[in-house]
Amino acid sequence: MPLQLSELSDAESPEKEYLWTLNFGPQHPATHTTLRLLLTLDGETIVDAVPDIGYLHSGFEKLGEDLDFNQYVTIVDRMNYISPVANEIAWHHAVEKLIGVTITPRCTYVRTIFAELMRIHDHLLNVGTAALDLGAFTPFLYAFKQREKICDICEFASGQRFHSSYTRVGGVMYDVDDAWIARVREFVAGFPAAHAEVAGMLTKNRIFVSRLKGIGVLSREDAINFSCTGPIARASGVLRDVRKDEPYLAYPDLDFKVVCSNGCDCYARYLVRMQEMLESIKLVEQAVENLPSGPVNVDAEGRAIMPGKEEVYQSIEGLIRHFEVIIPNRGFVAPNEEIYAANETANGELGFYIVGDGTIKAYRARTRPPSFIHFAIFPHLIKGHTLSDVVAVLGSLNIIAAELDR
Amino acid sequence: MSTTEERLRERVGAAGFESSRFRDNVRFDVPPESLQAALAFLKGECGFDLLAELTAADLLDYPDARNRFRVLYVLVNTATGERINVRTHVDDPEPTLPSAVPLWKGANWMEREVYDMFGIRFAGHPNLKRILMPDEFTAFPLRKDYPLRGRGERHNFPVITRAEP
Repeated sequence: MPLQLSELSDAESPEKEYLWTLNFGPQHPATHTTLRLLLTLDGETIVDAVPDIGYLHSGFEKLGEDLDFNQYVTIVDRMNYISPVANEIAWHHAVEKLIGVTITPRCTYVRTIFAELMRIHDHLLNVGTAALDLGAFTPFLYAFKQREKICDICEFASGQRFHSSYTRVGGVMYDVDDAWIARVREFVAGFPAAHAEVAGMLTKNRIFVSRLKGIGVLSREDAINFSCTGPIARASGVLRDVRKDEPYLAYPDLDFKVVCSNGCDCYARYLVRMQEMLESIKLVEQAVENLPSGPVNVDAEGRAIMPGKEEVYQSIEGLIRHFEVIIPNRGFVAPNEEIYAANETANGELGFYIVGDGTIKAYRARTRPPSFIHFAIFPHLIKGHTLSDVVAVLGSLNIIAAELDR
Repeated sequence: MSTTEERLRERVGAAGFESSRFRDNVRFDVPPESLQAALAFLKGECGFDLLAELTAADLLDYPDARNRFRVLYVLVNTATGERINVRTHVDDPEPTLPSAVPLWKGANWMEREVYDMFGIRFAGHPNLKRILMPDEFTAFPLRKDYPLRGRGERHNFPVITRAEP
């Protein structure tokens, strides 16, 4: 059902007849993915913007009540599909907290490496496509070249470049080996130069700066009041990073800085993301150098994780444990409790609210979607700017429709 | 953490107020009548300026549930990094709660989604319309009595055919 003009504020009064409506429709190359904006324009200046979402709503949260904790990771993968493994890590972090499973040190470090690589993956896409929408094609391709390397690292570990469904309750699907570590080291070595290339093309580029500076200003009080988190909030001066405030995974042992800015505009968000990539690569380097040895999955005694195939095929205990985990209600169960657990992903605070009911399926699996919450501030950011700034602001907000709509 | 709890308990009154802790979640259960006072107190006096999450769960099939809907507010104090969960409950018929939009503008879309998915109305919300489902959708999908595969809405979409030449 199309939104009616009368739903916009005082657009029907006779003095406002010169205002016209533009549908920045669901099908548009510059709106990343399917979202719709009803813009009320005075010439080229935007008077009002009403977002209309739900084009990609697929009932993920309803599915969460039907799939068990290990199956649902395939759905969670597909939410923020720009950094899929980060979602899986956040989901299993919440599930493991609910069930009360502590993962092994090696798993902590492997997941940290993937979380930071996925942060770089997301920021590279965001910077690349923001530049692409404003007309810069080359940094987009340079950024995607680095993303290809991260996809290869993901494929090396899990077999899948993209939606890898890599994590499991109590561990990960496959352990990583020395060849993978060598790949990660190679990526770490080559990344700063590639980052400098992209930054050299954009950061001091006169066109890029003038299209982003002073556009989409979000003050610090507004950022907090609108529930913004992640790079958007940090670019408005909010000093909040879940990795430092409520440390999880290997972050307490690793040394990194939280990147903030007082710029409050789109250019500040771009700078925060660029610098966060450099901090992330430092984290990856530290984590891969200090990767502990040992098992990557929790002990099969806890019945949380499936035993390895050699054990299953060659010992009766392994076979029994495999059976117990696969058959419902004989493996781990969630207590009759609920939990909210959050991770700091590239987009902001990705939280999961899981209500357990004594089975291996969640009773309620809610995702706290940063894209959804950030898209709500779009009308506030865009009022008074021109039509061409819509693209710049949308790019800086990093809206991913699958997380927006779920 | 106990200071916040003590202050909140004093402010809201002991009736219906419970506090509990699970893993690292600190939870306060408040009755719906005291919700607005509790949230305003937590934001104004205790410094919980960031509303991280506003969501609901339908406890229709939940073991030992006393009410139908549980509504959760996750509040964060950006200055100290403290995080608390405030829970309340509403029941059928006509589940209604006061809106948190006057306190946090970020609650606008979160409350619209809770209305869209569960049918819980928020009194005082500036624009309580459906946000994810189409406007003419009649059911509330995340309720437990709504089946996973829907009630045939997909089959009944109006099909636009090409006119005969």
